[in-house]
Amino acid sequence: MEPRPDRIVYLDNAATTRVRPEVLEAMLPYFTEHYGNPSSLYGIGRDAKKAVETARERIAKAIGSEPIEVFFTGSGTEADNWALKGVAQAYEKKGRHLVTSAIEHHAVLHSCEALQKRGWVVTYLPVDADGLVDPAEVEKALRPDTVLCSIMFANNEIGTIQPIEEIGRICRARGVLFHTDAVQAAGAVAIDMKTLPVDLCSFSAHKIGGPKGVGALYVRRGVRLPSLLDGGAQERKRRAGTENVPGIVGFGRAFELAAAEQAESAARLAAIRDAAIARVLGGIPHVRLNGHPTKRLPGNANFSFRFIEGESLLLLLDMHGFACSSGSACTSGSLDPSHVLLAIGLPHEIAHGSLRVSFGKENSLDDVEPLFQALVQVVARLREMSPLYDEYLKTEGKK
Amino acid sequence: MYSEKVMDHFMHPRNMGEIENADAVGTVGNAKCGDIMRIFLKIENGIVVDAKFKTFGCGSAIATSSMATEMIIGRTIDEVLQLSNKAVAEALDGLPPQKMHCSLLAEQAVKAALKEYYEKNGLINDENRHIFAETEDHDHDGE
Ligand SMILES: Cc1ncc(COP(=O)(O)O)c(C=O)c1O
Repeated sequence: MEPRPDRIVYLDNAATTRVRPEVLEAMLPYFTEHYGNPSSLYGIGRDAKKAVETARERIAKAIGSEPIEVFFTGSGTEADNWALKGVAQAYEKKGRHLVTSAIEHHAVLHSCEALQKRGWVVTYLPVDADGLVDPAEVEKALRPDTVLCSIMFANNEIGTIQPIEEIGRICRARGVLFHTDAVQAAGAVAIDMKTLPVDLCSFSAHKIGGPKGVGALYVRRGVRLPSLLDGGAQERKRRAGTENVPGIVGFGRAFELAAAEQAESAARLAAIRDAAIARVLGGIPHVRLNGHPTKRLPGNANFSFRFIEGESLLLLLDMHGFACSSGSACTSGSLDPSHVLLAIGLPHEIAHGSLRVSFGKENSLDDVEPLFQALVQVVARLREMSPLYDEYLKTEGKK
Repeated sequence: MYSEKVMDHFMHPRNMGEIENADAVGTVGNAKCGDIMRIFLKIENGIVVDAKFKTFGCGSAIATSSMATEMIIGRTIDEVLQLSNKAVAEALDGLPPQKMHCSLLAEQAVKAALKEYYEKNGLINDENRHIFAETEDHDHDGE
């Protein structure tokens, strides 16, 4: 066995985050003393019910909505599926057209594909080289039979933050419902449903220091949404299934903390991110930053290193004690590199050499220099092995 | 997801580099698919006396290149021609199913190099022609 580094620097907070101690503490009693079923009428059932409602209130407060507009789900993925498929079902009489972007999370894209199989028509808007959707393109794409527009708040790979307010206003003016996947945006940018023209919004607990397997869908009052799961009367008959009480309690606490700390945390993470970007772009040749230079998630940096492939980069970084992710084909489980990197116009070979570094609560500025030093070594080593680098040196490099 | 052998060859690749004035060089794959392998051979009296590689690709692409060079050094070219991707994968204690194409690339890189050598030296005959015919194009569905 290869020796494991004694300390792992976790730089994959966009994939998931460590559950915060305050969150775990809030959850624990709901596995043990307060194990009741929220639908039961006796005391411990009522306690559980109350805990679920408190969590709902906390999330509502964090996003500036009413509690009855927040529905718990089993994941961010479920929230996305529900928003798209539910709205499609409820408003089918109006038409069968959806608008979305080419860089959505698969939870949205594959839901769209599922709807296409049922006869829906979907417009996939392109993005520019920085990953931005052009609101003018949204305007042009809307048709009389458009039922829903779904554009993610912030992208999970390249971190680009979309002009959600502007897109939402356009949709509202045209009477089209607007959904946004805010799974990555939560805790990173301020979200206030009182001012945002958003009708449905997806969240996930495990990206903000909460547990895995809990999500939420904000559904603006008045929006019709049929249940995706049939069964009991939970979530006001919209989402059957006994509630994940500890998970929901943890989500409520995590969201409350994330919202309270949002501004401070964003400033802190952006400083780390910018230091990392400056160090990598300034110190390693043939590297580019993917995503928008400024309109990006505070913790997200995404690079492409020419002449090398992302999976081998990740494996070597892991050996140096850094946990990151990549959009290469070999890590996406398909033969093509990430659809997001292709959508911003990267050629395949550059997309294969991508590295996503996502900073979070546990990271500090002290992580930047060791990461940079490890990258210098790892990139040099893989380039030495690369026939593409040889070719470069023999041709362009000589010029 | 990878065996210890794969990780060992990935972390400590054997025979990485270039052979100057190699007797045969084979390159397969393309940057678009995310893997390119180049194998260099030194051949004396019909025996592969040295082999080196350069690879752009994932962990298993690097490990299979490394293993393939180890498996062919000291063998006769006719033996080397029989190298199969399964043998390379087995020598690495197996590869994940979606990575079998990496072992196929290694086999094809070796054969592409040999093809150059056999052609240069007029060694292509009816018995081996079919082996080279199979190496014409690499694709990902070959597993
Ligand atoms: C933008 C985005 N949407 C949806 C999801 C899915 O969330 P979950 O993991 O809770 O299903 C993720 C996380 O992978 C994400 O980053």
